[in-house]
Formats: sequence, structure tokens, C-alpha cells
Amino acid sequence: MPKPVPTQQLIDGLLRGDRLALARAISRVEDDAEDAAGIVQAVFAHTGKAHLIGITGAPGTGKSTLVSALIESYRASGVTVGVLAVDPTSPFSGGALLGDRVRMTGHSGDAGVFIRSMAMRRGAGGLAKASAEAMLLLDAAGFDRVLVETVGAGQAEIEIASVADTVVVVEAPGLGDEVQAIKAGLLEIADIFAVNKADRKGAARTVAALEMMLETGSAAAQPIFHHGQRMETGAAASESDAGEGWSIPVLETVAVSGGGVAQLRDAIERHRAWLDESGGRGAREGRRLDHMLQTLVQAEVLARLERALAPALRGELVELMQRRQIDPYSAAADVIRKLSR
Amino acid sequence: MKQSQIRVLIAKPGLDGHDRGAKVIARALRDAGFEVIYTGIRQTPQMIAAAALQEDVDVVGLSILSGAHMTLCPKVVELLHAQGQEDVLVLLGGIIPDEDAAQLKAAGVHAVFGPGTTSAEIISFIRNAMAG
Ligand code: B12
Ligand SMILES: Nc1nc2c(ncn2[C@@H]2O[C@H](COP(=O)(O)OP(=O)(O)OP(=O)(O)O)[C@@H](O)[C@H]2O)c(=O)[nH]1
Ligand SMILES: [Mg+2]
Repeated sequence: MPKPVPTQQLIDGLLRGDRLALARAISRVEDDAEDAAGIVQAVFAHTGKAHLIGITGAPGTGKSTLVSALIESYRASGVTVGVLAVDPTSPFSGGALLGDRVRMTGHSGDAGVFIRSMAMRRGAGGLAKASAEAMLLLDAAGFDRVLVETVGAGQAEIEIASVADTVVVVEAPGLGDEVQAIKAGLLEIADIFAVNKADRKGAARTVAALEMMLETGSAAAQPIFHHGQRMETGAAASESDAGEGWSIPVLETVAVSGGGVAQLRDAIERHRAWLDESGGRGAREGRRLDHMLQTLVQAEVLARLERALAPALRGELVELMQRRQIDPYSAAADVIRKLSR
Repeated sequence: MKQSQIRVLIAKPGLDGHDRGAKVIARALRDAGFEVIYTGIRQTPQMIAAAALQEDVDVVGLSILSGAHMTLCPKVVELLHAQGQEDVLVLLGGIIPDEDAAQLKAAGVHAVFGPGTTSAEIISFIRNAMAG
């Protein structure tokens, strides 16, 4: 194998707009390589400029096709776009078949577009563990808009709300019972609804059902339970910031032909402007960084805990307790002292 | 030895619509634990090279049954090298006459797999190449 490219070279390249450096930096972050933290640290000062857009919704609703249409629409006005497309990892093999890109061809000669597929690996909530970091890298590389397509989502896949400025929830007609199809969790995090495949019959019914749910707020009032635990949505605050002055639009789109895509882009841009005016941007970014901080601290503390609670040490402490040479509280304090190292 | 996940791009260059083999291989590689990016049919060499770069893959697998391999494959290799991806493993599958395979190997294709190749052969070839 060839020698890996030095970290500093990747950082400099990424900030200069070198696409191979960006691609390799994303891999380092994704692989949790030794220099992953260093890369993110080095580029962090250059982030905060891109508008981060999440595209989520049930499997097969047309998210990738819609992302491709949005890329085209943004590029027509010279806006650059970075894309992160997340697909599931097979729990059996650890491998993944990343197929979103199939729907996003036709932008390859364009230096203003960068599309990266990402396997969920051990991530949760519809995103990969490294999605947030990869978004920072795309931001630092200078893309004006960063679009993130989640895995086909159900009501528990709402992690996107903690990492995006604007969340577009994609629905499609004919997914069975409309009300069933519109998952409570997704309803709660949507800033914009796109009813895609509007060329099919039933689109108007889906739009009406969504509008009715938004009016009554019935779904939004339901807490989201995942494996029996109440979930931290990180977007619960949408009650506070989406409530005032932003009324959630429900738009029909036909991603395959580009129908309604300009309107969708306009809605995203209106939401962006609204975030700027209302102070919502700062609030969301604050929440995002707080979420990242929590995640990093939790991961580090867990890793230290695992080390501190090594079976050998535990065995030793248990023995001491059994011999009444130490009490459980002192034993615990002993372990906790080791955590800070 | 590469410790991280092995990423593979499976692409069908040219106007060739025979995508059965490419899909079989893509699935087999996923089941072997690789991360496989499938680009679909009708890809130009430029599209394939751009995808290989953005996806930072370790392996580019081309599938060609149309007979256009002698023009398409060297072009893909040339573009990969020109963009700094000389170290990417390039594999070719499909209907490739032996004498063409020899020429393509001289042009930078690492291995050629014809009809009847088992997934196991391809998987162990990639594993060995990554370990080497
Ligand atoms: C099925 C088939 C079709 C199907 C394709 C269905 C589909 N979606 O794939 C249909 C009926 C549509 C079709 C149409 C045509 N076909 Co046709 N088709 C075949 C046939 C019988 C089998 C191909 C196949 O699917 N094999 C099964 C798969 C699993 O095998 P495979 O692709 O070879 O893949 C294996 C290896 O090659 C390798 N491999 C393949 N790709 C890759 C990639 C990587 C990275 C790796 C590592 C390995 C690898 O591993 C796989 C597993 O062993 C072949 C004959 C043959 N025996 O190969 C002709 C054949 C390929 N077709 C041929 C022709 C001419 C055509 C048509 C032009 C016919 C016409 N006049 O209309 C059209 C063109 C269609 C188009 N748009 O391109 C010719 C090509 C001649 C040539 N190359 O010079 C062949 C060889 C028949 C012949 N003897 O004449 N075809
Ligand atoms: N009729 C119609 N079909 C569409 C439309 N948009 C997408 N499709 C088709 O729907 C299928 C799924 O589209 P994708 O874009 O892959 O959907 P996705 O939501 O990204 O799918 P996953 O990533 O697998 O969850 C494809 O066959 C598309 O061609 C549309 O507006 N109308
Ligand atoms: Mg998709």
C-alpha cells in the first residue's frame, strides 16, 4: 500500500479547494483515523458559512432524485453544492451498497458540485457517526449549500434535525394509509414538506392530510419513543423557533422532471432568510454545536470508562470488597479517579 | 494492511446495458463487508473518474460486455492517474478476449475477470491486493 498523504497536506488542500484532499479528509474522519480530530480542529474556524439542508423521508420517496434536481437548480444560479448521501450498512456483513449516487449523475464535470456517499456504519438516527464532521469539512471546503440525504427514515430517524439548518421531509403519495405514512417524528422536525411524485394520483390527498396535521398539530404533540425510551430530538425546540413566524409549507414536486423544484428551492431559501432574521440560525447552530460537544464528551468518557473498568481491576476491587477491605463507595470513587486520566 | 473500510466503485462505462454482472458483483462485495458505490449504467470515463475521486475509493471495478473496453478502460486509467489516484486498484469484468486483457493489463488495469468468475475469487483478489 502507498504511504498515506500527510495530514497537513490534506488540510491545506481542502481549504484551497482541492477535491481529492477533501475526499481523503472525509475518509479519515469516517474511519476515525488518528488524525481525524486534528483535521476537524484545523478547519473548524473556516466553517459556519454553508447553509446545511437535510433531506429525509421514507425509503423510495425520491430523496436522491430530488437532491439531484436541487443541485441542478442551485447550479443554474451559480450556487455551489456539497452533498452527503447516507445509506444503511448491512448488520450482517458490515458492508454497504450505496445507491443514492445512481440518481445523481450528470453533475460530474462541474467543480461546483461534490457528492459523497456515506455508509451509516455504527451511526444512529438515519445518519453516520461521522456525518456531522463530514458536513463541517464540506462547509470548510467552501460549498454554499450542503445537502444531506438521510437513510430512508421512519419516525426514529430524526438525528438530521440536530445537524441541519433546514429540514425537508419528503413524502410520496400511495404509501398506503396517508396518516400512517406520515410519521409523527418526521412531522415534528420538518421545516418544509415536499410531496414528491406529484405526477401520481393521490398527491393532493397527501398534501391535504399533511396540511390538516399541521393545522391541528396532532402528530407534533406526540412524544417520540424509540426502544421504549423517550428520544432527545434536539429539534424539540422547533416548537419554539419554528412556531413563531415560520409556517411550514407543503409543496408538490416531481423530482424526475424537475416540476416544483424551483419552488422547493425558493422555500429553502426563504427558510434560510427567515432563520437569519429571526435569530433562529444562531439558535440552531448553538444546538448543533452543543449536540456535537455532548457526543464527543460522551464518547470519550465511555472510552475512558471502559478502560478504567477493565475486568482485571474490577475483579481486584470486587475481591477487596468481599474481604471487607474496601466499601463499594470507595471502590467506585477509585474507578472514577481513574477516569480523569 | 489497510485497516479502514475498503470502498469500491462499480461502474458501467459506455452505452452497454448489460448490468446483471455488475449488480451481482456489487452485492457480493457488499456481503463480503466492502462499501460499494454503484453508479449505474451509461457512465462516461469522466463521470467514473469524478465519482472515484469524490468517493475516495480504493478500488474501481468496471463491467463491460459491449466490446468497447479497448477505448473505455485506458481512458479511465489515464484520468485516475492524472487526478492523483495512481494507487487505486482497477478491475475489469465482462466479455473481454484474452489478447485484449493482456493489452489492458499493460495499460494499467490490474486484473480482468470473465464470465463464470466466482465472487470468492474476486473478493480474495481485492483482499490480497489491499493487504499487499
Ligand atoms: C443476459 C444478456 C442480455 C440481456 C441483458 C440483461 C441485463 N440487464 O443485464 C439482454 C437481453 C437485455 C441483452 C441485450 C443485448 N445483448 Co446481450 N447478453 C446476455 C448474455 C446472454 C448473458 C450476460 C449476463 O447477464 N451474464 C450473467 C452475468 C452474471 O455474467 P457477466 O456479466 O459476464 O459477469 C461475470 C463476469 O464477467 C464478471 N464481471 C462482470 N462485471 C464485472 C465487474 C467487476 C468489477 C468484476 C470484478 C467482475 C465482473 O463477474 C461476473 C460473475 O462471474 C450474454 C452472453 C454471455 N454468455 O455472456 C449476451 C451478450 C453479452 N449480449 C450481446 C449482445 C450483442 C447484446 C445486444 C447488442 C443484442 C442485440 N442485438 O439487441 C443487446 C444490447 C443491450 C444493451 N443495451 O447493451 C453479446 C455481446 C457481444 C460482444 N461483446 O461483442 C453477448 C456476449 C452474446 C453474444 N455471444 O453475442 N443481453
Ligand atoms: N413517478 C415519479 N417517480 C419518481 C419521482 N421521483 C423519484 N421517482 C422514482 O422513485 C424511485 C426512487 O427514487 P430515489 O430518488 O432513489 O428515492 P430515495 O428516497 O432516495 O430512496 P432511498 O434512498 O432508497 O430511500 C426511482 O425509481 C425514481 O425514479 C417522481 O417525482 N415521480
Ligand atoms: Mg436515496
